Amino acid sequence: MASTTAHAQSSHAHPTLEAYVRIAILLAIITGIEVTIYYIPALQGVLVPLLIALSAFKFIMVVGYFMHLKFDDRILTFIFGSALVVSIIIFIALWTVMYFDAASVFNANMSLLPAKPERP
Amino acid sequence: MAQAVDITHAAGHGHGDDHTEHGGHGHAGTGIENRKLMMWLFLASDCMFFGSLIATYMIYRNRTSDLGVGPYPHELIDIPFTSVSAFVLLMSSLTMVLSLGSLQKGNIRNSRIWLAATAILGSTFLGGQFFEFTEFYHEGLTLQSNIFGSTFFTLTGFHGLHVGLGVLWLLTLLFVSLRGGLKKENAMTLEIAGLYWHFVDIVWIVIFTLVYLLPYNEEVSSGEHAARGQEIAQQLLRLF
Repeated sequence: MASTTAHAQSSHAHPTLEAYVRIAILLAIITGIEVTIYYIPALQGVLVPLLIALSAFKFIMVVGYFMHLKFDDRILTFIFGSALVVSIIIFIALWTVMYFDAASVFNANMSLLPAKPERP
Repeated sequence: MAQAVDITHAAGHGHGDDHTEHGGHGHAGTGIENRKLMMWLFLASDCMFFGSLIATYMIYRNRTSDLGVGPYPHELIDIPFTSVSAFVLLMSSLTMVLSLGSLQKGNIRNSRIWLAATAILGSTFLGGQFFEFTEFYHEGLTLQSNIFGSTFFTLTGFHGLHVGLGVLWLLTLLFVSLRGGLKKENAMTLEIAGLYWHFVDIVWIVIFTLVYLLPYNEEVSSGEHAARGQEIAQQLLRLF
């Protein structure tokens, strides 16, 4: 009961307009960092994880603050989070299969088992 | 129990949906306003839609060079230009939230100004995308030219379509506001449009990174992919 009350109160605690501006400035700076590191040869080794981490941070900030998901009912987080998880699973599954080149990995029956030798 | 229901009901009132108590729009059993819940359900489905498009793009992103049919992504993609587009769309999210915040405080004039700014920034982004598409077309990239063309235009084209519909929605709301139909009491109408607009922005955040910024591997051929795949598949089979 107490947690429900706290949740109800937190639903109304939205950032101020000044806070939104600060968040937008932060997001713009991160975008600038993303573009800058793209051109730094020394960072090429860690470029992919770095870019994905920065992108994920921007994503979470926009969804959490601009879309108010941080302050809204948790069922909305569950709905959107579930869709996000399904999307990521589809992405990983498809990418994994195609990365290993389906035509070469699977046999004609689309099975990982090696094809049975033909009988004479 | 009744008290708990009341509190949950209050939780659903994020902001500016006081009109629901006047019979305008009801609440679902969750305590969340129906339109808001529907918009989040739509965004969830749209998230999976774009997830599939992005997955398809990522699967084929390094295969264009294998087929030997250009133009190739590294020859066309203009990072500085797209960075400006990304910045413009990001700032449109700020103006959108400022418009909503102003309306919730009863400042209708500022709300209109920020709403118009959002529509202008969205249109600017669309203009940039049209320019980019035209440039790519003149370089020989079409939907049919190669895998890169097909997946790139499908993904970014659908995103552009979403932005276009968003701009139309914003302009409609601006028109309604100018006619006095958008007030503090029905700020939820603007909030729902805002949710859609921010979603368009987060999709671009992902596209900008995965399509434009991640380097294109021009050296690994599909033959090497296949060899590595076969090797791992054989190792897996030995385990069983």
